[in-house]
Amino acid sequence: MISRRDFLQVSMATTAIVGASGFGNFSRLAAQQRLTQDELLQFDTFGNVTLIHITDIHAQMKPIYFREPEINLGVGDARGKIPHVTGAAFRKMYGIEDGSEAAYALTFNDFAALGKEYGKVGGLDRVATVVNAIRADRPDAILLDGGDTWHGSYTCYQTEGQDMVNVMNKLAPDAMTFHWEFTLGSDRVHEILEDLPFAALGQNIFDKEWDEPSENFESYQVFERGGTKIAVIGQAFPYMPIANPGWMFPEYSFGIRDERMQEQVDEARAEGAELIVVLSHNGFDVDKKMASKVSGIDVILSGHTHDAVPEPVLVGETIIVASGSNGKFVSRVDLDVRDGRMMGFRHKLIPILSDVITPDAEMTALIDEQRAPYLAELEEVIGQLDMDSVLYRRGNFNGTWDDLICDALISEREADIAMSPGVRWGPSILPGQDITREDIWNVTSMTYGKAYRTEMTGEFIHVILEDVADNLFNTDPYYQQGGDMVRIGGMGYDIDISKPQGSRISNMTLLKTGEAIDPAKSYMVAGWASVNEGTEGPLIWDVVEDHIRKIGTVSTPPNTSVTVTGV
Amino acid sequence: MSFSRRETLVLGLGAVALGFMPFRANAAAEDAIAAFTGGAEAGEGGVTLTAPEIAENGNTVPISVDAPGAVSILVLASGNPTPGVAQFNFGELAGSQSASTRIRLAGTQDVVAVAKMADGSFVKTASTVKVTIGGCGG
Repeated sequence: MISRRDFLQVSMATTAIVGASGFGNFSRLAAQQRLTQDELLQFDTFGNVTLIHITDIHAQMKPIYFREPEINLGVGDARGKIPHVTGAAFRKMYGIEDGSEAAYALTFNDFAALGKEYGKVGGLDRVATVVNAIRADRPDAILLDGGDTWHGSYTCYQTEGQDMVNVMNKLAPDAMTFHWEFTLGSDRVHEILEDLPFAALGQNIFDKEWDEPSENFESYQVFERGGTKIAVIGQAFPYMPIANPGWMFPEYSFGIRDERMQEQVDEARAEGAELIVVLSHNGFDVDKKMASKVSGIDVILSGHTHDAVPEPVLVGETIIVASGSNGKFVSRVDLDVRDGRMMGFRHKLIPILSDVITPDAEMTALIDEQRAPYLAELEEVIGQLDMDSVLYRRGNFNGTWDDLICDALISEREADIAMSPGVRWGPSILPGQDITREDIWNVTSMTYGKAYRTEMTGEFIHVILEDVADNLFNTDPYYQQGGDMVRIGGMGYDIDISKPQGSRISNMTLLKTGEAIDPAKSYMVAGWASVNEGTEGPLIWDVVEDHIRKIGTVSTPPNTSVTVTGV
Repeated sequence: MSFSRRETLVLGLGAVALGFMPFRANAAAEDAIAAFTGGAEAGEGGVTLTAPEIAENGNTVPISVDAPGAVSILVLASGNPTPGVAQFNFGELAGSQSASTRIRLAGTQDVVAVAKMADGSFVKTASTVKVTIGGCGG
């Protein structure tokens, strides 16, 4: 179905364009002719259908820095496979020059230097320019939003997602699926859905009481474009009430439900759909498994795990496209659909380099309008980052943002040990940058942000670490939830990711004394983002703000408290 | 992460009691299967068990079983202290041999369904349901 030749036409935007550059030779890079917007968007229109995919924006309307993970370990069949390849190995796999724009966009190395060189990424006004350019080329292109859109910033929190709804309505996607949106609470979600001018999809969103598909969401929508019938099936995040507070959306149940996915594919085909697209918030490894179990899916547009993948991954006859996060990438997928079949595709993962792409003026104005009432609060400088540090989060274990949050919890809440959730959202901060209130909210904003303080026994802390580790390192992707390991402050541990649940975590040590954690002893633990109703404590962004004000200049000493084996 | 102090204690006990051994039918479950089959070997195929991979709430896990042509289906939660969940018997006039219910699981374990077919043979299937503390989504 997909010829080898078609597959080779797949390309990453920048790799072919930027010439050779010396390893880490930034002065030379600066002298090189820089990438233009036309080059970034260059695409030989192909076939008769175009899909545009953006996902996991996490309410980032303005350009930001975003460091890709250094540690992203795969287990079982996923070991060493995309998306579990990082850094130099990733660049080698895709033929990306060290120090190039593609290296900056897709890998973590030399992040501070390359960030200064190439500037911020994302910004929905830049995304609008890209989407408009693709639509100029193919007016009936289908724009699909993979969800995690109405969450993740100060203004999104204050407006209960309205800022993002306004901005996305202007971008005008054809359909969307969901995850963090539900943490606005089901009443607010229903309110937004009433006026949503595009399809709200999720074949796995069920009415909890009756265990039947919810009437508030469609399973799929059929679009007729270029004389071709295209079915887009929605797949919301399967583990919503487990990974997020179920009490905020008590009417709903989720799950993977791949048997029902098969039924939807078959039903849509029977209705005459020639192309089946799944708009998914499963996460990449879950999507790979689903593609192997459900037959008849042509394209999975994959979200949730925030992977930026320069070429579609082929599973059987299904291509899986993943488009990063935080507004940093847009994927364009052109497809040749004939005689009821996908005959070939061409794909480009477009990095939204904000200095290269001209912002869409109307969208800039609309974004600024959303921010205007809050500008003074957003821009207030709370502290500075020192010249040797980068604040980032992405990675299986502690990022520097997480270390700072854990330090804040330990010092402000007088705790022995701190726990911070292993979420994958949150932009990065470069050396010497001011840290504003907006920056703090970008890595902490949520509707259940209270910072609890409680005693836990050493044994129970072990249980928690084992439980979360299994959500990440279970060899069956259907038992994974797609987050990263819970971040721990004040305590070190060893983890063997190749072991089964219950025997991965060992050598737990209280850092302040150097003593082994005693299973029978109680420790004071501070954390945030509990999924339990009635959690009490100050809000995490206030805790972090107070801490940064006290220290003034933030530095991020190396964290060697977690030892990983079994890789 | 997730846990109020109260739930923390409950979860801690549950997890420790199971010692993280995902399922493996305990002796009581094996006895119940043997009593149902009369010791006969159960084959594979012909019975479908639908259960979530990860329970949204271990206290009420929706499951369904389907075994066309069966006269009886036994459902067991193999890791529960009392594994017996239900035995569905189908008369000759039954329109389909399927049933749905919600069950309580003490921790991560296999749910087992054994169907007795009209010819007296048995088929069996199992599905692992993970009961987790949760939290920390991407």
